Amino acid sequence: MDEIFRGFLHALRFIFSADPALVEIVWLSMRVTGVALFISTLIGVPVGAALGLTRRRARGLIAALLYTGMGLPPVVVGLFVYLMLSRSGPLGMLDWLFTPSAMIAAQIIIAFPLVAGLTMTAVQGVDANLPLQVRALGANRAQEIWTILREARIGVIAAIVAAFGGIVSEVGAVMLVGGNIEGKTRVLTTAIVLNTRTGDFDLAIALGIILLGLAFAANAALLQLQKRGGD
Amino acid sequence: MKHWLIVATGLLAVIAGACSAPPGNPPAANCALRLATTTSTADSGLLAFILPDFEKKFSCKVDVIAVGTGQAIEIGTKGDADVLLVHARAQEDKFVADGHAKERFDVMYNDFILLGPQDDPAKVKGSARAADAFKTIAATQSAFASRGDKSGTNTKELSIWATATITPTKEMAWYNSLGQGMGETLLTSNEKGAYTLADRGTYLSMKDKLPNLIVVVGGTSIQDNKDKDLLNPYGVMAVNPDKHLGVKFEMATKFVQWILSKETQERIGGFGKDKYGQPLFYPNA
Repeated sequence: MDEIFRGFLHALRFIFSADPALVEIVWLSMRVTGVALFISTLIGVPVGAALGLTRRRARGLIAALLYTGMGLPPVVVGLFVYLMLSRSGPLGMLDWLFTPSAMIAAQIIIAFPLVAGLTMTAVQGVDANLPLQVRALGANRAQEIWTILREARIGVIAAIVAAFGGIVSEVGAVMLVGGNIEGKTRVLTTAIVLNTRTGDFDLAIALGIILLGLAFAANAALLQLQKRGGD
Repeated sequence: MKHWLIVATGLLAVIAGACSAPPGNPPAANCALRLATTTSTADSGLLAFILPDFEKKFSCKVDVIAVGTGQAIEIGTKGDADVLLVHARAQEDKFVADGHAKERFDVMYNDFILLGPQDDPAKVKGSARAADAFKTIAATQSAFASRGDKSGTNTKELSIWATATITPTKEMAWYNSLGQGMGETLLTSNEKGAYTLADRGTYLSMKDKLPNLIVVVGGTSIQDNKDKDLLNPYGVMAVNPDKHLGVKFEMATKFVQWILSKETQERIGGFGKDKYGQPLFYPNA
């Protein structure tokens, strides 16, 4: 129990001292997760919307695949990315293994099914008459999709929030493909594992509290988007 | 609608900022050598102590990937590291025999110790040989925690069981194969009151977090350790560039020469003396 209290104090001290090693770790965590989430959203929302708007029969198999993707164990994703990017793997010439790029790649694979799958569900929930109405008002296809996405925004934002939660806290894949290299690929989650391994529990708890704080701030911003979207 | 745009633009700006280089960081050095090693060398603080000298001398950053020896060797086998510093002699010899490295060099050694709960339920404290203690632990069915992760320590543990002519299986309720690193295994043993094999360096560096554990075989220092079977030698190998394209052999060779040099060897021998009253690693190049 002591560790939790000391961890809390440690976290406060950390934040106010702006320890350079910590700043680097926090920055890399935000960068990796931010870029991965941005790319997943960029691809996942249109794919999900398109799927949500197609007729049912064609959607079945892809939907099942997407939902299965949501349950992918991150370590398996990590292992797959590892073998792809290894010097003896097919994409070895990229020289991405043990770099932030590899971590971003793994997180995109984890986040994409969540964004696309939940966006699809949200779009399906929109009143079926809405597309007809906007088309009757003379909207083109892009305008139609945009209107539907705006209508489904609560669900779409929830999809992004779910994906964010999935990757910001993820450790198995980034540990494997990043290698937890100090100053290069060490993020909050892998640093927590390291400090747990060496028995520095209060430090691990402190990093955990910082991670929670960051996640809270990011989610608050996203939810703001959800609320304001209707204005 | 306006608010929506403001928030979205703000988010985009944050993400765009995140894509650029981190603030205040010097541009990454062009040269980076990738070292795959065991958790013991990194977690004990040895590498943080000796590596800055190499990085300064050769203007080359060393990227340390600290994993179990089994995983480190696998990383080397795939050509994903330039140089290895590991401790599992049989696996190292196989690595060289398979042509993944041209040669292996002795770097340093320390020793393994058998730890157990304070009350020593199997009454093995003071056994001269770990294999004898293992036999008694099995006979009394006292809890034992194994790394179970193909690490150097796990490999040594299994060879001691073989010497004791016992094959631990998952049917043996007292034998716990954890599949965890040294730190986690020590913490688990401390909580569960189990015996476990550990390298002395990691034990010493975590001793204050392990109040329920005592050394039952191996004594207080390596000179005190009567079982020569518990020696724990570390080897260094540069990954063979003929086998793996893209491996930085030239710099890796410089690293090998550097770690074997008299100066570095002396620094290795001095590490930890002030803090633990004894070196954590003994150079033997």
